[in-house]
Amino acid sequence: MTTTTDHNHPITTPEVGGIGHSIKRHEDDRLIQGAGNFVDDIVLPGMLHMTLVRSPWAHATINGIDSSAAEAIDGVVAVVTGELLAEYNLAWMPTLSGDTQAVLATDKVRYQGQEVAAVIATDPYVARDGADAVVVDYDPLPVITNPMQGLESDAPIIRTDLEDKEDNVVYEWEAGDAAATEEAFAKADRVVTVETHYPRSHPAPLETCGIIADVSPVTGEATLYMTSQAPHAHRTVFALVAGLPEQNIRIISPDLGGGFGNKVPVYPGYVVATAASLVIGKPVKWIETRYENLISTGFARDYYMKGELAVTNEGKILGLKVDMLSDQGAFFADAQPSKLRAGLFEIVTGSYDLQAAHVTTKGVYTNKAPGGVAYRCSFRVTEASYLIERLVQNAAYELEMDPAEFRSMNFIQPDQFPYESATGLVYDSGDYETAMRKAMEMIGYDELRVEQAKAREEGRLVGIGIASFTDIVGAGPSKDYDIIGLKMFDSAELRVHPTGKAILKLGVKTQGQGHETTFAQIVAEELGIPATDIKVVHGDTDNTPYGLGTYGSRSTPVAGAATAIVARNLRDKARDIAAHMLEASADDLEWENGKFSVKGSPDSSVSIQDIAFAAYTNLPEGMQAGLEGVHYYDPPNLTYPFGTYIVAVEIDAGTGQWKVDRMVAVDDCGVRINPMIVDGQIHGGLTEGYAMSNMQFMTFDDDGNCLTAHFDSYMIPTAWETPRFELGETITPSPHHPIGAKGVGESATVGSPAAYVNAIIDALQHRGVTNIDMPVLPDRVWQALQDSEG
Amino acid sequence: MYPRAFDYLAPETKEEVLDVLAERGDEVKILAGGQSLIPMMKLRLASPGTLVDINRVPDLDSISIGNGHLTVQALVRHNDIVNSELVTTENAAMASAAPWISDPIVRNLGTLAGSVAHHDPEGDWASVMLACGAQVVAESRDGGERVIPITEFLTDMFTTSLQPTEMITEVRVPRYASRTTHEHAPPRGGGNYQKLERKVGDYATVGVATHLELGDDGGISKAGIALTSVYPHNLKVTEAEHLLVGSQPSDELFAEAAEIAKSACTPASDVRGSAEYKKDVVRVFTERGLAASLAGAQR
Repeated sequence: MTTTTDHNHPITTPEVGGIGHSIKRHEDDRLIQGAGNFVDDIVLPGMLHMTLVRSPWAHATINGIDSSAAEAIDGVVAVVTGELLAEYNLAWMPTLSGDTQAVLATDKVRYQGQEVAAVIATDPYVARDGADAVVVDYDPLPVITNPMQGLESDAPIIRTDLEDKEDNVVYEWEAGDAAATEEAFAKADRVVTVETHYPRSHPAPLETCGIIADVSPVTGEATLYMTSQAPHAHRTVFALVAGLPEQNIRIISPDLGGGFGNKVPVYPGYVVATAASLVIGKPVKWIETRYENLISTGFARDYYMKGELAVTNEGKILGLKVDMLSDQGAFFADAQPSKLRAGLFEIVTGSYDLQAAHVTTKGVYTNKAPGGVAYRCSFRVTEASYLIERLVQNAAYELEMDPAEFRSMNFIQPDQFPYESATGLVYDSGDYETAMRKAMEMIGYDELRVEQAKAREEGRLVGIGIASFTDIVGAGPSKDYDIIGLKMFDSAELRVHPTGKAILKLGVKTQGQGHETTFAQIVAEELGIPATDIKVVHGDTDNTPYGLGTYGSRSTPVAGAATAIVARNLRDKARDIAAHMLEASADDLEWENGKFSVKGSPDSSVSIQDIAFAAYTNLPEGMQAGLEGVHYYDPPNLTYPFGTYIVAVEIDAGTGQWKVDRMVAVDDCGVRINPMIVDGQIHGGLTEGYAMSNMQFMTFDDDGNCLTAHFDSYMIPTAWETPRFELGETITPSPHHPIGAKGVGESATVGSPAAYVNAIIDALQHRGVTNIDMPVLPDRVWQALQDSEG
Repeated sequence: MYPRAFDYLAPETKEEVLDVLAERGDEVKILAGGQSLIPMMKLRLASPGTLVDINRVPDLDSISIGNGHLTVQALVRHNDIVNSELVTTENAAMASAAPWISDPIVRNLGTLAGSVAHHDPEGDWASVMLACGAQVVAESRDGGERVIPITEFLTDMFTTSLQPTEMITEVRVPRYASRTTHEHAPPRGGGNYQKLERKVGDYATVGVATHLELGDDGGISKAGIALTSVYPHNLKVTEAEHLLVGSQPSDELFAEAAEIAKSACTPASDVRGSAEYKKDVVRVFTERGLAASLAGAQR
């Protein structure tokens, strides 16, 4: 995978390494030498090990649990059941979406893999032996494996724990204007429909979830080493769930081996391990196996979508209607801002200027694991982006127009920003046409179309797919965005030490995104201190300012802004100190290259390092010592990264396999702080998008057994399958972000699935194929070919 | 991923291995590459009481020719086969299949003999061995050496005719007939392995091994076709082989053989695809495999 990227033109020198420099990642020194420190690396004296007993059934009444054989095993210290937890009022816990979830099941199990009991033992092997020896008496119940079943009139009720619950509906939600949309549809010449299931997927971080709970029996202080993307929020949740005083809880989220949204929810294992440590008085470690991670922790997607696009014969989009069913699993545990139901699905109007849109959706409980996490996606944006890009592509075929030209006719134009969408979002900035034209030029779009026509004559199946996505990230403004009431600001605390070196503490938490480098570069840009002189601290709630964590591409838009502003605040103070040092008026000073100098006499200057020393040694009278500050940033709006991806594929008609010949990705994420890290993020997202489109899904049989519970069936592509990516960029800064950055972690996951699938449909549409659901497995392509021939 | 407790032995001679097998028999599993066994133990799908690691046993890791056979000993790794010039010149089906075995990490450790002994119907090597007419050589302390034709060795899925007291010492594949008379004769033989997988390291959705040898008249003198993942065990398609032998090769003949292979298999519908789909891929792969085998034989 090589890349071709135009980089920014940095202002700072390479030695300072501010914005626009592709400096190497600071964290990689330890990570690539095996010197990282992950939760499972941590060993505490006297530590016990916990294994969870999980339900083999998707829906079953629990008649009783016999733990006597387990307790008799040498080395088993305790067996914890829901009944025991109920004595501490811990059998149930709140979810981030305002539902409740069983910690250990007491009444019945509601999905395969649900937590039923926990065995605490002196080593993990004995704990497993103990878990195998726990006998649970189940009575199987009828199972619901999709939302359509869940809505049937005679469907069994899954949430019998909720008072007066007489159906399986979680929520109903709508957005946009129904009447205006009907009006738009009445004016349309044609309506193009796409019905598709965006399959359930799983973030599958290579490091599974885990905790070491260390509750001191003497002081009551709880130190929780935990795989957490949001340690501060989790501390508050623990305080609320367990009733522990918040100052006595310290969450340390050390190095994380990926998160992708999977480490945002609070899982039963964390709670049980903490309760066990509290009761037993020893540290308790719980580390999931791969199987446990896949079957029980936060999934993503699983939306059944019907989209209709109203168009004129001339090629103008008038309106959009979407109706959806969401498979929520057994508990509503979407990890998203609490007021949202379907995340930020309102972005479904995408990059297009249309008069009216209306979205309706219903969430349904099923006998599947709870979750609905934003897997490399800002809360249901991936589903929305996929639907509109599939609709637009199909509409172009319906109108016999080139899909690129059709998009071009309907793009929101640069002068329309800030643009209020038909669903009420206000896009900050964009230039969609330029990004698309750049991608077309890079891939040689017109030549490819000629080659495609030739290939078709030879009987080969060749296709070109486009996705011109608009993403929405950086949650979010406090008036609309909170998680269980906590406003979604984020924070940065910066201290410059006497020798001119700095420590930056963040409320967000990297899982591999490169925060320790990127955020140092923001400070380097603003203060002129070399990025290598800045240590970034995060993930320890006792040592960092409060923040809501890293997910939904929010770190750069929110904490990145906080970092820039706190650095600017320090620079303001530095100016006053410089004025004192230079015996000049602060107004007469100019800032350049990490120095304040007197206007007109550049030799009379002091560096930021000199100023830092003075902040502790030589202050103007009355000024507080130190060069330190904290900033909590409440973003005025979300940011809207965008781009165009173009994919060329060829299909083997004999087997239905498809191969990517070219993949061009032009991203506009505003200002790029570290272009190399941005490219890495895009590579990762394009790979994950490829996985979802090609091979990857969570699927279940009619009894609710998960059929993709290991990596032999839940497919993660290797370098061998992964297409070669050709990257390009345009830069349209966010007008409201202090450094114009928009966030990039998820753009490629959001935008790319539709590009791959559109390419396959493009290869087959002349045969009458209009849709194949993801993952586009070879047998699905083969079947589509059979059906089109039949 | 925590196996049950087990005894671990690592003898340094073949005799010691055979002693352990003679004494402990049924409860013993032999550890060679461990690429199927260890994951099964970690998932507690297999819980042998004793693991006998044979990796310290000398003289078990060579590929050689002699007595009309290409011989692969018990500790030869998949990757040794990938990199073997001998295999490249001696057996096209094996050379074609070797790079398709799982992923590079598995190929570094896993063995052909272990794969055949495991007899997972989704395993690739058993099909190749069926197509090539291999023999498995087993040894026990009290019974000495036993040469078992592959068709008698593979009895049912995850089951073989290997006795609990026996270990496999080598697998033998007949050389091309042309080579048994003239050492450097053109092979007049070819072979191929077609595999549909979702990603590197995946088991086959469908695998087809083919082997063809030509007589002096250019007609087919020997044919082998065997299928992976589409039947309760690796399936030798004898009827199609019989059709081919004695005929002049042609596209029509291969298409007919492919239809027989398609009819012979009974794949299950699962996450990898529908039964109808897999059957049709068997047809497509058999045609492609025979064409590639013929091209090799006509070199």
